[in-house]
Amino acid sequence: MLKLSSSCVLPLGEITEPMRIVRRITENPDFVLPLRSNEYLLIRKQTDKIGPGFAGYLFLEKPIDNPPANSYLIERDLSYLREGDIIRMDRRRNSLRTLYRKNSFHNSLLTTERCNNFCLMCSQPPKDVDDSDLAEDILTSIPLMSRETRAIGLTGGEPTLLGLKLTEIIFSLKSHLPSTAVHVLSNGRRFKDIDYAKSIAAVRHPDLMIGIPIYSDIPSIHNYIVQGDGAFDDTIRGILNLKSAGVQVEIRVVLHKLTYERLPDLARFIRRNLTFCDHVALMGLEITGFTKFNLEELWIDPKDYQKYLRDAVETLHHAKIAVSIYNHQLCVLDPTLFEFSRKSISDWKNEYMPECDGCKRRADCGGFFSTSKIRRSTHITAFQD
Amino acid sequence: MALVFKDRSHYLLAEGHYQLLPFRFIRLQDERYVAVNETGEWQVLMRKELEAFVRKTLERNTTLYRSLQSKHFLQDSDSSVGRDLLTLKVRTKRNRVADFTSLHMFVVTLRCNHSCQYCQVSRQSEDRSAFDMTIPIADKALDFTFKSPAPSIKIEFQGGESLLNFGLIKHIVLEAKQRNITERRNLAFVIATNLSVLSQEMLDFCRDENVYISTSLDGPEDLHNANRPNPLGNSYELTINGIKRARASLGFDQVSALMTTTKSSLTRVREIIGEYVRQGFHGIFLRPLSPYGFAMKTKRFDDYDFRQWQDFYRRGLDYIIDLNQQGYFLMEYYTAMVLGKMLTPYGTGFVNLQSPAGMGIAGIIYNYNGEVYPSDEARMRAEMGDKIFRMGNLLTDSYEQVMLSPALLNPLEESVAESAPMCEECAFLPYCGCDPDYHYATQHDFVGHKALSGFCKKNMAVFRYIIQKLEDDPAARQVLENWVRW
Repeated sequence: MLKLSSSCVLPLGEITEPMRIVRRITENPDFVLPLRSNEYLLIRKQTDKIGPGFAGYLFLEKPIDNPPANSYLIERDLSYLREGDIIRMDRRRNSLRTLYRKNSFHNSLLTTERCNNFCLMCSQPPKDVDDSDLAEDILTSIPLMSRETRAIGLTGGEPTLLGLKLTEIIFSLKSHLPSTAVHVLSNGRRFKDIDYAKSIAAVRHPDLMIGIPIYSDIPSIHNYIVQGDGAFDDTIRGILNLKSAGVQVEIRVVLHKLTYERLPDLARFIRRNLTFCDHVALMGLEITGFTKFNLEELWIDPKDYQKYLRDAVETLHHAKIAVSIYNHQLCVLDPTLFEFSRKSISDWKNEYMPECDGCKRRADCGGFFSTSKIRRSTHITAFQD
Repeated sequence: MALVFKDRSHYLLAEGHYQLLPFRFIRLQDERYVAVNETGEWQVLMRKELEAFVRKTLERNTTLYRSLQSKHFLQDSDSSVGRDLLTLKVRTKRNRVADFTSLHMFVVTLRCNHSCQYCQVSRQSEDRSAFDMTIPIADKALDFTFKSPAPSIKIEFQGGESLLNFGLIKHIVLEAKQRNITERRNLAFVIATNLSVLSQEMLDFCRDENVYISTSLDGPEDLHNANRPNPLGNSYELTINGIKRARASLGFDQVSALMTTTKSSLTRVREIIGEYVRQGFHGIFLRPLSPYGFAMKTKRFDDYDFRQWQDFYRRGLDYIIDLNQQGYFLMEYYTAMVLGKMLTPYGTGFVNLQSPAGMGIAGIIYNYNGEVYPSDEARMRAEMGDKIFRMGNLLTDSYEQVMLSPALLNPLEESVAESAPMCEECAFLPYCGCDPDYHYATQHDFVGHKALSGFCKKNMAVFRYIIQKLEDDPAARQVLENWVRW
């Protein structure tokens, strides 16, 4: 697991830059001179060349000589940082946060930690704080990102709580990264306001998808899982509004003890009522955040819901609705479902377990969240062929 | 931090407070009923359950309650979005009406070299001038065709034997394509033919212009030859040979076949299906004999017993399902179309099972002499002297005059199933449709008394049989779901 956030950044000598700033990293001490004042130079070894004129310097080893202004010593765990990556430096907390990694397929940007749901299995428990500077950081970062970036995710919290600021972010992504796919994780409730849905559509982003969870075809079950009165109705209306405005929508279902039994019914509900959705993702449970707290109420061995999962996948697949299975290990999946399984776990938290030693299909397998050490299927077995 | 999650009960309101959303119900057999809502979702339930449901005493935590809620048969204070979804689904189901006429049939000649027992219109004549469509009439028909706002237009060449006037077919195809450069419709062509005069020149043209071939295949050789006699008594041989040549030239899937059921077919459904499988077809249409034209005049419909047909259909469907389970994909088109209504939110393009009726507004036929009729059956009736459905003539009437003629509007208005006696309360209404020319042919009334209607009897039997298969036979259900076109 990569350490995306570090809170032991040590300033070395004089600091003249703002307390909190977003910067791109370069490893090239001969970087074009006129642009140096926006970049941090990353210095891996004491013997590396230190070019003059950079906005600042990040040292992975303590320098021998007196460093230039705005130099910081950072921990070795951050040595994964590369040319073109973007970080946020926050001196008030002596912290550094990696916002974007140029060579990763899994860049997601945290838009806010606030949320209007309170899901039993939330992996990123919401905080009711004013964190509007997160959105500003994103707007600063986007122009610094590589145009070759394949995909960017926007997560939360609930990104739509940013209101039109989210529209602005999506416009900026279209403007600076026109060939980058954008995926927004939202509960969809705010889109019950058709004008808001239209504002997103009006950006006319060429490759935008909003991923929205529906956990049950029965409103009371969905509302209980997301701990929100009226959430089901808001979300369904939001999906209808987005689709009528011409925005792509993905439906996401997290599989656990409260959702697996009606999964086939939910699939039929989607097929009948939301047949125009662009993708359905059926996702394994990540044992983090609130899930740890509610584990006994949520946990079911994935092996035990294969019958339901297979029924749901067949229903959707027959109806020509694109369907994928996320976060599952091949050895617990019904073999007929292999073709629907995707390697979906972000690179920085994707791991394999000791049971996987010697597995011949590891390259095709979704693997585990690093948090699966806490609880995982008892049927994990290495494929011998 | 102490986490406070609300209990499940917080999200469940008091019991007994639900509203019924619109639905109809009917008995399947004994104590077993089926409820169907306006958008075609259904729920099978026992009489006791049905009573509890309508008396609003159904308990919330039951599977039945949840199923009825999920399918929008009821609404409680947890959620009101069901109405929005129902509205959307009704709109989706009816969407095709707005597309208007997409099937345009051109009777390019009445001449024919066969004398099929069930055909009402063909003429054994050499007189081209009397029974062939002319170029000016064809051009007028194309004017009408492109007046339809339909985004997809299918032009079907009918006869007589349509290939006896192949020159005109060529003209129409090329002219339609020329016009489509600016019209930009999704344009398709199909020739209905017995294949007996099929030449290589015709095949080359069809290949180059992407024209489909639809032929008649009534079953095994003796049955086919008996149903469709020609002077040499070799119509089966000509058909099979033609299918092979057409497939070789145009491509395997560019050739389809249609079966007409006669009294002699009724005991031979497995043989008929076997013939289709032997010829490599993956679809068959188990049609009933229509009550029109010569068939009525010769009283053939009278000895065509409904029960015999029902038995024919059921045995046929069972056999087709068996074949699928044995690994040969074969679908029965009528069943597949009904399944589409049952399992998808979409309506059907099938002309004879729509409400308002598909006549004229889903399909239209231009007769060789310029007369316009709303259906193939209606023009056959006209050939026999009853021109009640004649909408007008291409040479003398405008598109507006023809499409607004009482000959079309009266049957359409009168027959809308949602307002027809016995139909409006029938649970199967969302799967059914109205067929004014059938009821006119049999009862001299566009609506007809449904208790005396063979159309009603036949369709009810089909709906019941399909629902029972879907409910009680999971293996059959798997086969049937595979036929649905999404």
